[in-house]
Amino acid sequence: MTFLRQSLTVAAKDLRSEMRTKEALNASLAFSVVIFLLFSFAFDPGNLAIDINEFSGGLLWLAFAFAGALSLNRSFARELQNDCLDALVASPVPPGALFLGKALANFALILAVELVSLAVFAVMYDVRIQPQFGWLMVVMLLTTWAITVIGTAFSALTVNLRLRELMLPILTYPFLIPPLMSAILLTTDLLGGKPIGSDNMIWVRVLVAFDVIFSLLAVVFIDIVLVG
Amino acid sequence: MRERITYALAVAGMALLTWNLYKICFVLPKEANVAAYQIFYFHVPAALTAFSCFFVALVASGLYISSSDLKYDAFAAGVTEVAVAFASVNLATGMIWARYAWGIWWAWDARLTSMLTCWLMYAGYLILRRAIDEPTQRARLSAFVSILGCVNVAFVYKSIEWFRTQHPAPVLSIRGGGGMAPGMEAPMYWNYVAMLCFATVLIIVRMRQEAVSREIDSLRRMAHAY
Repeated sequence: MTFLRQSLTVAAKDLRSEMRTKEALNASLAFSVVIFLLFSFAFDPGNLAIDINEFSGGLLWLAFAFAGALSLNRSFARELQNDCLDALVASPVPPGALFLGKALANFALILAVELVSLAVFAVMYDVRIQPQFGWLMVVMLLTTWAITVIGTAFSALTVNLRLRELMLPILTYPFLIPPLMSAILLTTDLLGGKPIGSDNMIWVRVLVAFDVIFSLLAVVFIDIVLVG
Repeated sequence: MRERITYALAVAGMALLTWNLYKICFVLPKEANVAAYQIFYFHVPAALTAFSCFFVALVASGLYISSSDLKYDAFAAGVTEVAVAFASVNLATGMIWARYAWGIWWAWDARLTSMLTCWLMYAGYLILRRAIDEPTQRARLSAFVSILGCVNVAFVYKSIEWFRTQHPAPVLSIRGGGGMAPGMEAPMYWNYVAMLCFATVLIIVRMRQEAVSREIDSLRRMAHAY
């Protein structure tokens, strides 16, 4: 119970400081809109022969993954000023709780950016998100948690390196291929109006298994990264 | 003693590879319906060697975490480098075969994609190692990446396999394929053994190099202290 309360305290601290500046939030939101704009040059959205639903999942998750990396980069780097990270590690909060708190805050931020971007995407590309909205939210929650767990762990890992901004994407994206692939397939199905059935349920299971296994691994092993 | 083992393994590996090459080229019956199937005898064992090395790297990283002995870190680094080399062999032979059989260099086929993903993951591990100067910090952080990486190999492999594939279906009897004529499978396993010998030699050489570079580092520090 104490563990959870400590995590929530860290998460609340992170969210509060982000809400005061909104730097990561604004940057990643602007970035995802820029990506959507760039996509419009990759193909002709006005061409009726192109069915946007066939690759909308891929477009959405590419934008989400790239925009998410911006918030994740800031997550631990923010604590470097005035040696705040050392103070956090030295505090009675166990490294696992510190990690979980940071991950929860990142989860909330990335999810907020994704929801706004999803609405922008639906308007810009005339995609209907209502028919399978419930399942779409389930897929978004599961995949965002996967991005957050891996991203926060590697954000902690790269925070003290000289090549911090370069190392995070190099490490994070290859690790995220199983959840991103599942999310792309599921989102494309859902936006095309196809419900989750026996054939695509396996991808929901991949997402759940990935979330559970990597959350446990990260919470258990994060003290090697943070404390040594 | 260590040197003798290294030479013995190298000679054993070379002999096995030569013997297998002879068998594959001259003894085995020609497979009429699969083009250039001989490359399979190098393609599959290279992948098996790479996956074996990924697993050994996981064990070595776990040992480092429980003991904090830099010896295990050097071992993990050496094993991973060799694994990436064998993964590259697997990708290259796969591409050559794809060009010959399908007319394209790269097919976005399931197993090519999953090997590429693993390759990228462990290339990230090696880049990370180069970005950190302090030996214990490097050992700690790379052990964490190695553990997560090896678990992810299972995910990548299974999930991409469920995705539709155009890769030739499994033919090995251990995977329930049973599509190869009797006597055709054995040279592949012997090639696997030969590559494992070769991999072990490379790892031993790499570990010694790592130990020497650590020693040079500490000597340099001592010289600076004067």
